[in-house]
Formats: sequence, structure tokens, C-alpha cells
Amino acid sequence: MVERNIFAGFGGQGVLLMGQLLAAAGMMEGKNTSWIPSYGPEMRGGTANCSVMLSDQEIDSPLVTRPTSLVVMNRPSLEKFESKVVPGGSIFVNSSMIDIKVSRDDVNAYYVPCNEIAAELGNDKVSNMIMLGAYLGKSKCVEVETVLEALLEKLGQKKAKLIPLNREALLRGAACIK
Amino acid sequence: MALKLMKGCEAIAEAAIQAGCRYFFGYPITPQNDIPEYMSLRLPQVGGCFLQAESELAAINMVYGAAGAGARVMTSSSSPGISLKQEGISTCCAAELPCVIVNMMRGGPGLGNIQASQGDYFQATKGGGHGDYHTIVIAPSSIQETVNMMGKAFDLAEEYRIPVMILADGLIGQMMEPVDMPNNPNPTMHDKPWAATGYKPGGAKQRAIINSLYIETEDLDTLEERLQNRYAVIRGKEVMVETYNTEGAEYILCAYGTVARVCKAAVRLCAEQGVKVGLVRPITLWPFPTKEVHDAIAQDSVKAALTVEVSAGQMYEDVRLAVNGCKEVAFMGKAGSMIPAAEDIAERILKMRRA
Repeated sequence: MVERNIFAGFGGQGVLLMGQLLAAAGMMEGKNTSWIPSYGPEMRGGTANCSVMLSDQEIDSPLVTRPTSLVVMNRPSLEKFESKVVPGGSIFVNSSMIDIKVSRDDVNAYYVPCNEIAAELGNDKVSNMIMLGAYLGKSKCVEVETVLEALLEKLGQKKAKLIPLNREALLRGAACIK
Repeated sequence: MALKLMKGCEAIAEAAIQAGCRYFFGYPITPQNDIPEYMSLRLPQVGGCFLQAESELAAINMVYGAAGAGARVMTSSSSPGISLKQEGISTCCAAELPCVIVNMMRGGPGLGNIQASQGDYFQATKGGGHGDYHTIVIAPSSIQETVNMMGKAFDLAEEYRIPVMILADGLIGQMMEPVDMPNNPNPTMHDKPWAATGYKPGGAKQRAIINSLYIETEDLDTLEERLQNRYAVIRGKEVMVETYNTEGAEYILCAYGTVARVCKAAVRLCAEQGVKVGLVRPITLWPFPTKEVHDAIAQDSVKAALTVEVSAGQMYEDVRLAVNGCKEVAFMGKAGSMIPAAEDIAERILKMRRA
């Protein structure tokens, strides 16, 4: 098993966190993982992406040039990375923010209205967790509960009350994948 | 073994503390700010001192002072900041002061950018400051290896009374990987009878003088002879290198740091095409693994070698010196921050094979 992922979007959409939680959950389940961020000098705004690898083998190069999965939260990210995905790979599109379709027919495209579902849940900040749930629903590379464990470690016990909302978000995202 | 997902910069800082480092002096610059940030939190917790200096120049001279008093001390910066520290590094070498300097390389020259680069190889290995000196230069290629090297870096520094530089590309500082952090409450410290720790007239201890000025020609000659003899010992004993898949290979890749990991992926891609490629990865850039690089490339089975760097070709010169004309050595890479993709490196090897 080797998963080469790129998560991309605007700064502030939580794309780096999505990748970190996946990498941490992978580690907790005994996999080799790596996470590489790429962003500009801005505190917020601008574009951000991260490369995340999960593997049963030792990870040689942690750089992801040909992703097996691409997760995009905004349109410029789709346009930038669409052509890099390996044939047969997956592209997860935040259809709340992206008004175009995936133009390739040799990849699997999944459209997830992240911001709309997040609004239904009453907190726009979990749109990234909805998308991460969709990714997990397809790739099944780590358990949802392990991701929540990783999130709890990051938040600390003081913010443990946020876990049920995030669980709901991950499950709603996963349910978008048929 | 408890693994923790850690950012490279934070892992380096924690590993330094585990290695007994209690003093850190620095000045902010991206992409290494997580090192001083982490140190500012952790050093007071372990009874150490973190101080943000007013400049890089001040920081390296604070390192000089702490090292002269026998402390385990480090500083970190990134390329333009390391340039500013060069005078102090030369002075530490002349005064024979042990310290650890981390350079999280970014793109240059000038202020360049804030992405990963390998453009400081010449500066690190050939002496970025003035005079005939060397620092030991260690170039790890993963966060775990960087962590494992921190203790070694302090030990080497104190054993040889020499500054040791950790030369990492910015990627190692910014990325996250699972880390097995050593837990070492009592690291071994070397005896430092030479340290300036206070002098009592008539006491048992001789007056300790930390100095880099030798006005008399003969005096400077004595220092230089001592340093050069020490460098010869280091060259003989402290080379670190990884060879991967080199035995009987048709082509040899030569790379260090993160780029060496990309090259490992290229070795795998070439193997899938039925082409046997090996990799030589210098871990110490100074002393350079001249013999190991030569022996890997000089094998009868090898048609040519390819050095890959994120520079315009710096380590390339040392590889060619090591090979000494016995085989063709090609170069792949660009100055700045464009890291070649594994697919492109493999393609280049396959192209060399078709030619």
C-alpha cells in the first residue's frame, strides 16, 4: 500500500491540518508517513498545499509529484494539480467552491459540497473534515476513529468537546462516496 | 518505541536538548524559526538559556563566549543568516571552540527565497569565512537521521574542539515525519580543562585563555599545524556515508540530503525498467567520503555517474575529484529551489543509457 496525496486550497481552509491528521493517524496505525507543507509567507490567504504519503514500505522520496489522490478545496488548486494525478487515481472536489468539473476521464472524480454540509452541521470550519471524511470513505487507508484520536492529541483535552462535531463531519463526508 | 509526528525543526531542537545542549543564541529567519521558537519554550524548562540576539553576528559571538566557558551551545539560521555568522565561525575554529551550527538552507544568492535549496555546499565545506579552517559538516536526509545525528554532532565538536555544522535543506526543517526521540536525562559531557571557567591566582588550575589572535608568525604556524593535523585525523576517522544498491550497478547516483531520498525513488523506478542503478549518499560533506564515492563509481560494471543537487553543481566538484577522471560524471540540478522529480532523474539515467 502506497498512498501519495496532495491536499490543496486557500490558506485558512485547513488543508495543511487535513494532511497532518492523516499523517498522524497513519503513524498511529503503524504505517510509514510523511507530510510536507508548501505555502507562501502570508499568515492567511494565498494558496497552500501539502504532500502526504502513507506506506507499508519505507518512504524513499517524501515528495509527491504524481499523486494517487488529489484533494482540492478551491478552483485554482484543481486547475494546478489535475494533470499530475496518476491514471486511475482519485480527485476529490469541493463542489461548494469549485464551479467546474474534472476534465479528465481516466481518473475517478468525487464531488463533495463541503461548505454546504458544514453549514448544515452549523460550523463552516469543519468543511475540511468533511472532505477528509470523503477521502477516507474512498481510500479506507486509516480508520475515522484514529483520525479523531490524532485530532484530540492536537486539540488537547480542553477542546475535547469538539470531537463529536468532527466525527459527524468525517462521517457525513464519507457518506458522500458511493 | 513511542513515535511522535514532529516537524523537522522542532525535532532538531528537542534532540539537541536531549544531547545536553543548554544554551541557544539565534536570530529569526525562515525556514528555521521553529528551532528558536521551540528552544525559547524548552530551554528554560531544563535550566538552560535561550536568548534572541540583536543580530546573527551577536548570536555567533554569544556562541563563542558560551563555548569558551565550556557550555554545550548551539545556534541555527538559514542561508543569508549563516553568511552573516561566517566571521564568528572562522573565529570559533581558530579558538578551537566546540559548538553546533544548524543551517536550514534556503534558495540564494542574496535573500533568495524561503524554499529548500542546497546552494550552501561550497560555503559549508570549503570554509565560508576567512582562513585555513574546516568545520565538520553533517547532511542528514530524514528527520529521524537528523535527530540521531544531534548527539553525535555535539560529541564530535567536543572531541575535536571544532564547530560542527548540520547542513539541511529547508524541507527537512518544515516537513513532518514520525520520530523516535531519544530520552537521555544524563548525556555524557566531555572534560574541558581548557575552558575559561574562572581563575584563582595560586590555584591548581592554569589560566585559560580563549583567543584567535596570533601576532607572531611562529605562533600562528603552531596553531595551523595543530588544526591541520586534527583535520587529518577527522578525515581518517569520521567519514559517514550510505551506499545503496551500488554493488554491480550500471549507473551510480550521487546526492545528499532530501535529494538523496528522491534519488532512492529513482533507483527503484530504474529497477522497474530493468536497469541497475546505485546511490552513494555522503552523510558527512566534510570530511567528504572520497574513497567510498570513488570505489562505488570506479567499479567495472559502472558506465557513468550522475550527481543530483538543488544547486548549479557544487558537490559535483568533489565527486569529480574523488573519481579523478576514471569515469564520466554528469550533473543534474538547478540553482534555486527546484527539486528534481524522481521520474525525471530516472529518465535522465535511461537517456544516458540510450546515448
